[in-house]
Amino acid sequence: MRPAFSVLFLTTLIGAGQGLFITLFFVELLAGSSLSAGFFVGGSFLALVLLGLGGISSVFHLGHPERAWRAMTMWRTSWLAREGIALPAFIAAVFAYGVAHWLNLGYTLVIGVVGVVLAIVLFVCTGMIYGAIKVLKEWAHPLTIVNFIVLGCASGTTLAAAYASFAAPELTITLAQAAFALTVLGVVTRVSSLWRNATLRPTSTLQTAIGIRHPRIVQKSQGSMGGSYNTREFFHGKSASFVRGILVMLVLGVFVLPLALVMVLPLLAFIVQYLGLLAERWYFFAEAQHPQNLYYQGKS
Amino acid sequence: MSAPIHDPISSPSPDAKTETKTTTCYMCACRCGIKVHLRDGEVRYIEGNPDHPLNKGVICAKGGSGIMKQYSPARLTKPLRRKPGSERGANEFEEISWDETFAILEKRLSHLRATDPKKFALFTGRDQMQALTGLFARQFGTPNYAAHGGFCSVNMAAGMIYTIGGSFWEFGGPDLERAKVFYMIGTAEDHHSNPLKSQIGDFKRNGGRFVAINPVRSGYAAIADEWIPIKPGTDGALILAIIREIIALGLYDRDFLARYTNSGQLVNQDEASKDFGMFVRNPEGDKINPLRPHNFYWWDRLSNKPVDDHTKGADPCLYGTFEMPDGTTAKPAFQLLKERVADCTPEWAEGITGISADTIKRIAHEMGVTARDQKIELPIPWTDWWGEEHETVTGNPVAFHAMRGLAAHSNGFQTIRSLAILMSLLGTIDRPGGFRHKAPYPRAIPPNARPSKGPEAVQPNTPLGGAPLGWPETPDDLFVDGNGQPVRLDKGFSWEHPLSAHGLMHNAITNAWRGDPYPIDTLLLFMANMAWNSSMNTSEVRKMLTDKNADGGYKIPFIVVCDAFQSETTAFADLILPDTTYLERHDCMSMLDRPISEYDGPVDSVRIPVLPPTGECKPFQEVLIELASRLKFPAFTTAEGTRKFKSYPDFVVNYETAPGSGIGFLSGWRGKDGDKAMRGEPNPKQWEMYEKNGCFFQYHLPPSSQYMRNWNKGYMEWAQQSGMRRDNDPIIIHIYSELLQGFRLAAEGKRPGKQPPDELRQRVATYFDPLPFWYAPLEDEQSDLKKYPLNALTQRPMAMYHSWDSQNAWLRQIHTYNYLHVNSRTAAAAGITDGGWMWVESQWGKVRCLCRYSEAVEPGTVWTWNAIGKASGAWNLTGDANEAKQGFLLNHLISEELRANANGKRFSNSDPITGQAAWYDVRVRIYPAEAGEAEESFPQFETMQPVAGMTERKMGWQAWFAGKNKKGGAL
Amino acid sequence: MTQLALVIDLNVCVGCHACVTNCKQWNTSGAAGALVDCNPYEQDPNGTFFNRVQTFEVGEFPQTETVHFPKSCLHCEDPACVPVCPTGASYKRKEDGIVLVDYDKCIGCKYCSWACPYGVREFDEQRKVMTKCTLCVDRIYDESLPEERRKPSCVLACPPGARLFGDVHDPDSEVSVAIRERGGYTLMPEANTKPANHYLPRRKTTVTVRSDELYRSDNPHKIDGAPFDKNLPPTTEELN
Repeated sequence: MRPAFSVLFLTTLIGAGQGLFITLFFVELLAGSSLSAGFFVGGSFLALVLLGLGGISSVFHLGHPERAWRAMTMWRTSWLAREGIALPAFIAAVFAYGVAHWLNLGYTLVIGVVGVVLAIVLFVCTGMIYGAIKVLKEWAHPLTIVNFIVLGCASGTTLAAAYASFAAPELTITLAQAAFALTVLGVVTRVSSLWRNATLRPTSTLQTAIGIRHPRIVQKSQGSMGGSYNTREFFHGKSASFVRGILVMLVLGVFVLPLALVMVLPLLAFIVQYLGLLAERWYFFAEAQHPQNLYYQGKS
Repeated sequence: MSAPIHDPISSPSPDAKTETKTTTCYMCACRCGIKVHLRDGEVRYIEGNPDHPLNKGVICAKGGSGIMKQYSPARLTKPLRRKPGSERGANEFEEISWDETFAILEKRLSHLRATDPKKFALFTGRDQMQALTGLFARQFGTPNYAAHGGFCSVNMAAGMIYTIGGSFWEFGGPDLERAKVFYMIGTAEDHHSNPLKSQIGDFKRNGGRFVAINPVRSGYAAIADEWIPIKPGTDGALILAIIREIIALGLYDRDFLARYTNSGQLVNQDEASKDFGMFVRNPEGDKINPLRPHNFYWWDRLSNKPVDDHTKGADPCLYGTFEMPDGTTAKPAFQLLKERVADCTPEWAEGITGISADTIKRIAHEMGVTARDQKIELPIPWTDWWGEEHETVTGNPVAFHAMRGLAAHSNGFQTIRSLAILMSLLGTIDRPGGFRHKAPYPRAIPPNARPSKGPEAVQPNTPLGGAPLGWPETPDDLFVDGNGQPVRLDKGFSWEHPLSAHGLMHNAITNAWRGDPYPIDTLLLFMANMAWNSSMNTSEVRKMLTDKNADGGYKIPFIVVCDAFQSETTAFADLILPDTTYLERHDCMSMLDRPISEYDGPVDSVRIPVLPPTGECKPFQEVLIELASRLKFPAFTTAEGTRKFKSYPDFVVNYETAPGSGIGFLSGWRGKDGDKAMRGEPNPKQWEMYEKNGCFFQYHLPPSSQYMRNWNKGYMEWAQQSGMRRDNDPIIIHIYSELLQGFRLAAEGKRPGKQPPDELRQRVATYFDPLPFWYAPLEDEQSDLKKYPLNALTQRPMAMYHSWDSQNAWLRQIHTYNYLHVNSRTAAAAGITDGGWMWVESQWGKVRCLCRYSEAVEPGTVWTWNAIGKASGAWNLTGDANEAKQGFLLNHLISEELRANANGKRFSNSDPITGQAAWYDVRVRIYPAEAGEAEESFPQFETMQPVAGMTERKMGWQAWFAGKNKKGGAL
Repeated sequence: MTQLALVIDLNVCVGCHACVTNCKQWNTSGAAGALVDCNPYEQDPNGTFFNRVQTFEVGEFPQTETVHFPKSCLHCEDPACVPVCPTGASYKRKEDGIVLVDYDKCIGCKYCSWACPYGVREFDEQRKVMTKCTLCVDRIYDESLPEERRKPSCVLACPPGARLFGDVHDPDSEVSVAIRERGGYTLMPEANTKPANHYLPRRKTTVTVRSDELYRSDNPHKIDGAPFDKNLPPTTEELN
């Protein structure tokens, strides 16, 4: 698949926002009384910024953003519609949480619970957008959702640690430890999916694609020579060495460097990890081999 | 789910004004009937006309893209004159009016006509009006007229017409409705395109067996039940081996050969005789037609003595050597064929064709046994020419089709004659399940039109003393002067290419440039891309078009190009005449030219404008009528000296081939009231009647006249009455060609009359063999086959057949550029990668192109799609369009002439009999392009710029939506 | 319940692209139009087409098959593209099973094309909506057309008759009979989308001539004598 940059930004930004909010909630739950409301207001604001940027970014993916409201209608069947509902709901919860802290309205833990549930629902929706596409074997697996959750939480917690280093330094180490742990968990889950995808055998072949049993089939013409939507949308068009480079950036950026940095320089750790997640998400698209590509191999 | 907002069904423009008009397609030469749907005066949809006999409602990729041709930004819309002071080829033009245009032409042409008419040459390309263009040239008085047949497939026409009196294309074809097996040789796509596709589809669905013999498996061959790859230029060897096998096993249709061919006719074998190799004739016998005497002998095997051919109760011996009463030794023609093929064993052919002897035998057996054992008998009584009544029509269900793969070689004529003989041996000519004629064929062998006979035919201010083109029967029909030198610019009908029935357009520019046989003044090209894909040796031809004499004048002083589109050639014009598209004009597919007849009778058709002309576009026909009137050609001028025809439609209705002949351009609705067919006085309402009938006229012959038409008494009488034939003598198949022998005897100095120049005697004597034979293509003799081991071919892709449509926004998306298709192992052995840049080089030139590996081409052949590559900027594409930068033209590798012989003489690279351009003879080698070379095709040419009158091309995007209420951002 | 579909006969498809451009010309000015052409006269021209003809080479020389393969939306009975659509723009008509896009609801998220295994949806780069084959739904019910012309444009155009159109749920329809009797199959059955369009495979007709059939009692050699100085009739050995 061709990595869609709007989606790369959307999923990484809101993932970090969701992770940040979940972290805020657990901070309140476990150590809330020792912290000022400002910490949570600021944290919520930060989360809202990420969610907002993600939402704006998603608009660039749409051909008709003015009709985006329609995207909520098919929630019964479409994970994308569900995400379209879950995202604003979650944004509302985060907003309410921040406002409740700011205006000292109380019920923050209750709102927080709702927010955490919505964050997880949103993670599942986002993950299932990809996980539900059966023909993309690389995506259609529980690890897709697990990775969205774990990597979102890891980056959110890393951000929380960075935030704490300014707003509540006493929490920094604890949060950094949590971020470290979640990132290590991410190593396990993401490497599992990388390994799985690298060893997947496609169920669709040129033989099943055109229904002809013969070991040697080669496409000579795809019916047009100047490209088409099918050659643009489903091929990343980059060289193997470029893709390997992205994989290295993924490993270094999401895992190795943040693990090395998070305890000492959590802000830098977050920036690196976020950039790493962009590479991770790019790779997530690039490693998905769409079966339609079988039909778009040759020109003449 | 809520209801859809977008209504997927109802019309997007319910209030628009819609209308539907019928006309005839012209996206290629197939000429399907179409219904053009207009919305607010714009073309909304072009569909096949379901009532039309040719295409029966289907339509092809080109026909479905007519909209993009109509509205193409490559259209020329104004008459243009080369800017004063600019160089020819610089593509700098200024607008002029039609009045000025006609004044220029009238002045120049009337001077030429009054002084030396042959200095005007008219050559046409994608012309479907040769009856008119030919008439124009003849009335002008110039011998220098031809259409593109010489570089298209004249070998196919001549090889078959000189053998069976008919040919493939619109003149005849395979009866796939009844055939059981079908052999297609050297054909990828055909210009009888849609009917052939439909017929092959039906044939295969009905369980017929389809065998494709072709170096490449593309086009129709893709769906063949068996593909037999063959080395290019060797088909003749294959066919001769099949003939030998058929004869060896007695699988020929003896009854058919004895009665309907000249197999049993006795041939003079007295080497000392001046008539050696000619048929022995009985001076007392029935000549039937004094112009073409039929007083032949058979050796009757029942009475064991010579008798007149077709003597009742006699049966000719096909083999043997006999002594005539006067002591002359004679052999039946079939004996000579048998002797000719004796050494053409399948094993011999295997070494030449690359097809195993076992395969050759197998398909020979398949053909022979199917023909013999699966006879078709139709309960249709008919009477043959000699009066014998037959209760049934029988047929042998073995069909063939062949085209340019056979024709475009310098051995093509003899190869195609072999094929026609094989078809005759199997007893399949104009019989169910075999080959069927289409009116006006069958015609005499050869047809009666003769070329003009000598320089005296060309006189100032006088029509040519004969036709510019025709079918020579004897050496005396050649168009040569007293020294045997050509009168025509292209050397057609000269001893170099005596039977060049379609002329040699491919040599016209070279000859004019060199002044051999003479220089000309004005060259008028119509719809012919001679500065690109219609010329061999394209790069050099482009230079010739701009080359100058020592005095600074151009070697070809004045070039006029008429075309609807800006092509590579329009850049070389001094005057450009903007033609209309096919949707904007009247046309006729005339019985006098190339009609669209069906097997069961004549069909002709017309175009009637469905749209007004764009800009100042004028149909070329109107230009010709206007010029003919201004120049006061006799056929276009009344006795009082005034203009005879006010327009082309008026001309078509009122013109008769001879005063009162009742034969004109259209055969339907003749007679004052339109109640006569084929023949009748002019009908002023003829166009309206065609329009009412969907723009075609179909005549159904009675079943008794639908078969065996070479020898069918009823048909012959009808054909003569209707003007289809001059005579009504039988058309005996020429297994043995006495006509060719006549030329050979002249070359051997054994015949009075016209004699070839001495240096050509050997050439004529060699190739004018009365029996088919295979020889290696002429270019092979001049090629280092070790250095250039491969054959290089072009084929036509179905979606761009005739290659007229790079300006078409839809079709160019399918074929945007071309690759050289090379057998994977051949390419790998040469170190060329799949998709990589490579060089292909012949002794004449080289081309850089992209390589595509293929398993569907035999290892000794490389091929590409023809004419997808374009010159930069041509056809109003941007200079960097793929057609120019990745596409290429194979023509740069092909020479229009062979190397000079010992006397410094350069022959056309053509068949020595017919002058058919030998496109497919070229030999090449291949090697990879080096790293660091430019990644674009070679050669490149300076980018052409649009000229005045062309609409600006849409950049970025367009979206066609017909009608005023355009949706989206429409075109 | 009706399920309209195409059955494509690879046995007779010659790869002429008639279906491709005739689809384009009908639909660009039809209810589904206008279909964009990008770079129409420039480098890399490309545009929205609902139907493409592809070419494959099967096997190695000389046992090569050149297969022309037309491909358009397969109107799956269980279409992967429909449930994923967040707006309901992608839908399958109950009355005839045609899968359509409602261009006025489509937000252009391209998600449906990701879900489709066949690569038959084309995003219109100008209108910014997803497009696809409509089976010419704006022709096939048009009562102003003669009944035999109420077929998709590609079917009407196809010169060798390689495209059949009809109801694959009606066991007696031309398409069902063809599928049943001529080995009709679907693409990528493993995708479990149950395509309604089917393909008919290549078939081979051979003629077997046995050596003892070559010579018949009425062989003309009996009249003419054997050519090439051989005895008559040819012996079996010679025939082989």
